[in-house]
Amino acid sequence: MAAGLILTLPAGADDTGPLAGVPEPRAKANPEFGCVRPEEDMRKHHMDYLLHQRDDTLREGIRTPQFSLAECVNCHITPKPDGQYARFGEKEHFCSSCHTYAAVRIDCFECHRDTPDPEKIQEGAMINPHAGLKLTRDDVAPLSANVGEAR
Amino acid sequence: MDKKTNPTDQARRRFFGQVAAVASLTVAPGVILQQVAHARAPELPASDRQRWGILINTNKCAEGCDACVTACQDEYGWGPDSETRSSPEQKAQWIRKVKLTDKQTGHVQTLPLMCQHCEHPPCVDVCPTGASMKRADGIVLVDKHICIGCRYCMMACPYKARSFIHEDLRDQKVSAPRGKGTVESCTLCVQRVDAGRQPACVEACPEQAMIFGDLKDPESAISRELRERGGEQIRADLGLNTGIRYQGL
Repeated sequence: MAAGLILTLPAGADDTGPLAGVPEPRAKANPEFGCVRPEEDMRKHHMDYLLHQRDDTLREGIRTPQFSLAECVNCHITPKPDGQYARFGEKEHFCSSCHTYAAVRIDCFECHRDTPDPEKIQEGAMINPHAGLKLTRDDVAPLSANVGEAR
Repeated sequence: MDKKTNPTDQARRRFFGQVAAVASLTVAPGVILQQVAHARAPELPASDRQRWGILINTNKCAEGCDACVTACQDEYGWGPDSETRSSPEQKAQWIRKVKLTDKQTGHVQTLPLMCQHCEHPPCVDVCPTGASMKRADGIVLVDKHICIGCRYCMMACPYKARSFIHEDLRDQKVSAPRGKGTVESCTLCVQRVDAGRQPACVEACPEQAMIFGDLKDPESAISRELRERGGEQIRADLGLNTGIRYQGL
């Protein structure tokens, strides 16, 4: 597995595994489930995808699920041992776990719901919509380039 | 309707009309299958070939009924259970029932009032950041990502359709991100419209007093009704060309 935060690591450190103290993502996103992009790409570029998607969705009405924040939350926010969903700001919350560590403040959850959609939980639809979508590092370049270009 | 349509718009309209004509499919000689627009594919943007609107028949709107208001509250999470520390004047109101009494005759009318989704929205004119915006299909929205909470739009709106959120919120509906320091209003149920559904208020009205549809499609139910029986704008004198029209005022 790639180290938790690629940017903080010296070159060549990928083989040594995560550094001690770097939080593990608390999520279903793992090699078995996959994610909407390869993990290392998401670590570096998730904010670009989200920013791009937010403008596309609100201003143009483009509602593709791939980079939807609601879908991120549905999949990545998992219940704590007591069965309650972790809130943004708690260390069990997927987004919090890294953003606290990296000291990067985000305000997504001042408006957006920080826990999964209750309707989806009730429907039992809490499955990864991207399951089986295994992407490799080779797929990364074109889309990253597109995002950079479009903005 | 409005007379301010500029020549560019006319050219675009003709162009799209030609595209649509080409898009109709000839099945057999003399038989043409016209594609009916339902839900857009999720990857396609909203288009100015549509303009969404609602026609409200106030004669059917019953006094004391607030089904449209509660449906909106349920759908988007504003209402009594939200903003518990705000005063009634501060609380968000996306849609409200308004009662009109004719003082001479005593005749009472009620009607739902919400964002009128103007073609020339004053809220968009005054917004200093571009957060207040009109989509290609005529739906007027607030982009809360860049709203700074100045509330100029609330001042500018002649219908008092917008609200400001004064306190931290949690457990918002997924379809309605709402938060402190931003302005919000009726979205014409934009995510439902994009999915080919009707707004929640229209669906909830027990009297079927509201017709939702495409004002640019001459064959839509709303256009036919407007053509046959007419429909008024509230404050038509302002020349805003509202998307919400009323009958029986």
